[in-house]
Amino acid sequence: MTSPGSTFLERSAVSPAGDSLGGFGSLLHAEWTKFRTVRSWVVGMVLAAVVLIALGVLLGSANRSTYSAGPGTEEIIGHPYVPIGPGGEAVTDSFQFVHQQLDGDGSITARIAELTGGRLASGPQGPAGPPPVDEQLPTGNATPWAKAGLIMKADAAQGSAYVAIMVTGEHGVRMQDNFTGDIAGPAVGDPQWLRLTRTGDSVTGSVSSDGTEWATVGVVEPGLPADVLAGMLVAAPFQETVTQQFGGGGTVTGGPTIATATVDSLALQGDWIGPWNGETVGEDLDSERLAGIVGFREAAGTFTVVGAGDIAPVAGGSGTPIERALVGGFAALTIVAVLGVLFITTEYRRGMVRTTFTASPQRGRVLAAKVIVIGGVTFVVGVIAVAITVPISTRLLEANGNFVYPISLATELRLIVGTALVMALSAVLALAIGTILRRSAMAIAVVVVLVVLPYILATAAVLPAGPSEWLLRITPAAAFSVQQTPLAYPQVDGAYLPAFGFYPLGPFAGLLVLCAYAAVALGIAWVLLRRRDV
Amino acid sequence: MESTIEVSGLHKRFGSTTALDGMTFTVSPGVITGFVGPNGAGKSTTMRVILGLDTADTGDALIGGSRYRELRQPLRQVGALLDAAALQPARTGRNHLLWLAHSQGLGGSRVDAVLGMCGLQPAAKRKAGGYSLGMRQRLGIAAAMLGDPAVLMLDEPFNGLDPEGIVWMRGFLRDLAAEGRAVLISSHLMSELQDTAGHLVVVGRGRVVADTTVAELVETASGDRVSVRTGARTEAMAALADVGATVATTDRDTITVTGLPADRVAALLGAAQVPFSAVSAHRATLEEAYMELTRDAVEFRGDHSEQVR
Repeated sequence: MTSPGSTFLERSAVSPAGDSLGGFGSLLHAEWTKFRTVRSWVVGMVLAAVVLIALGVLLGSANRSTYSAGPGTEEIIGHPYVPIGPGGEAVTDSFQFVHQQLDGDGSITARIAELTGGRLASGPQGPAGPPPVDEQLPTGNATPWAKAGLIMKADAAQGSAYVAIMVTGEHGVRMQDNFTGDIAGPAVGDPQWLRLTRTGDSVTGSVSSDGTEWATVGVVEPGLPADVLAGMLVAAPFQETVTQQFGGGGTVTGGPTIATATVDSLALQGDWIGPWNGETVGEDLDSERLAGIVGFREAAGTFTVVGAGDIAPVAGGSGTPIERALVGGFAALTIVAVLGVLFITTEYRRGMVRTTFTASPQRGRVLAAKVIVIGGVTFVVGVIAVAITVPISTRLLEANGNFVYPISLATELRLIVGTALVMALSAVLALAIGTILRRSAMAIAVVVVLVVLPYILATAAVLPAGPSEWLLRITPAAAFSVQQTPLAYPQVDGAYLPAFGFYPLGPFAGLLVLCAYAAVALGIAWVLLRRRDV
Repeated sequence: MESTIEVSGLHKRFGSTTALDGMTFTVSPGVITGFVGPNGAGKSTTMRVILGLDTADTGDALIGGSRYRELRQPLRQVGALLDAAALQPARTGRNHLLWLAHSQGLGGSRVDAVLGMCGLQPAAKRKAGGYSLGMRQRLGIAAAMLGDPAVLMLDEPFNGLDPEGIVWMRGFLRDLAAEGRAVLISSHLMSELQDTAGHLVVVGRGRVVADTTVAELVETASGDRVSVRTGARTEAMAALADVGATVATTDRDTITVTGLPADRVAALLGAAQVPFSAVSAHRATLEEAYMELTRDAVEFRGDHSEQVR
């Protein structure tokens, strides 16, 4: 650069200091300088991170879980034992297990003659004590996911590896393994013959309607040890009914159910070590209530097995999904959205936008530079804040006795990057809306109505499930699905509702909805910028 | 790049209002061109069109032969001050210049140089929101000087300046023009430009009503009028009217003569033995010339062929 005193005609023209991006690098540099030189904006960004972290810490410290192991025992900080499956996820592993030991290869075949079940009649009645077990057993149709079938399991401990083939109340024949694996079998008529065949590491499940013509349902490698417990399983999951009222909350009603299976034509091949042993897997089922009811009887090769509980992944309810620690993300998002709006509207308010477009007449590039700066800064701040919040909050929650659903590293990364992306994309959407409207208050109001309001309406159980799910499909709030860590399993009936943290769209589909909103808003902003006088 | 601004045939309407109505003029290097006209005459709109901020319905505005939007790093070619209040008040003066510098691939050392040039060094680290109007004008000039441009375009640069500031601004602009830059400064007060501008573009109602030098404009406005101070008004008028001059009474002891040079008036009055105390050639001020021109622009509105030159 020349010194101020030089005569401009005496020197050669100012050397054009271009950059490799055709001047775009300079533009980015300028927008970054603009952002970092307004102290309230920088403070706002830091505040967004602090709010996110602080609310996560608050949630972790304020939620205390206590339980007592049984009547008369002292309440302690902690939670009932939650088994963890071979895949690392929380599982339910409580069922009636009638088993022998099978060493090495072998097979088991049986016919499920009948499966009945339902809600357990309420409590022991009459002065003469409880009625006979047979009279207590419900004889209606088994509940939809009541299970009766054959199983090979590493041991009787909860959470151990297994593979099973079963008849269900309403979902036909299924072959399931290690809690999350689920293969639907072909539709065959009643009665249903089932078979599990172990060859080395792999186990084949087959189904037949007559015991002679067999169809393979699936072949899986569940990682069983050489010696396994194998035999019959009966389970009947806890049944839940959710009712939601317009404008205020919802209630979950339900209760334990049981199932009764009649099994015959049992045939074993291989090195089996008897006798048949009935075991209730899962101590939580071994309550006084069920003690006299669940179990098995054998008469002339026909087994009657009564069971309750479930052998399946946990789909919410018994623990804390870690994304709840990110409640502050919502306040943080509001802050960054306001910053996104102000990043452009303050320029319009003061007329500074004329200086900006005089310095950089290609207005589309100015918009692009602003998007990168506000989106990039928000993303980095979001990643840092969430990456700090998740482990601290997890540790605090666990120290306070809460069960936090274990998540894989990939899920944790998705939670961190995804939440930061939701914040960044919201800031970009806000910037685009601010560019379109040119007025701070109006633009902030529009962003709140688009992103924040649907989220509150849908997840705070203000609206019933149906409208809530639609809001979370068609508004930018759909993107919060990227935070959902518990999975909605098709093979488990659950209250998969927004109010309980379940989103109608998958994590990336939800994020795409927000992307689409941001892209459309940017498109409109770009067209208007080019057309309008400033 | 040639340091010129060429504006030709700009038309622009805002709804039913005609803002520019065939605006045409050229700004040459090495001279300060004053861009004057009453408020609403189209000065600011013209400047915004030149800078590519507003789009004209028809017509062209070129800087050194190029449209503004085609310029790469335009601040290195054109420095502009449109509105000194167009600032983010929370940003310091230096940081305001810094982002502008960064947008042109320039660094902090150039920012410090222009701050010094405009006498803003002491206030550089204060928030611009607390600047007086005069300081904001200086900051605006500093911003315009960042790219050391060959063309400068300043809208009302004297606004809010104290007398010392006005003197500084005049000297500064004269130096810039002397370096061979093209300098266009707009004002709605001719008096501000009287001692500054070498060339004048006078506008009214969206078009140019005069495009001339200051000397020519004053001469045209003065005409060949002569003021005579005399106690014998009637006799003087009779003597001068006899030779065909137009004579008007200005006040009780002054008459204005048109059509005769001053020495001839004095000779005629002497020959007719009419006593007089003073005969002087009337000299219009720039302000008067301007008032006359813009009044014409109003009077002749609707008559587009009328062009006062």
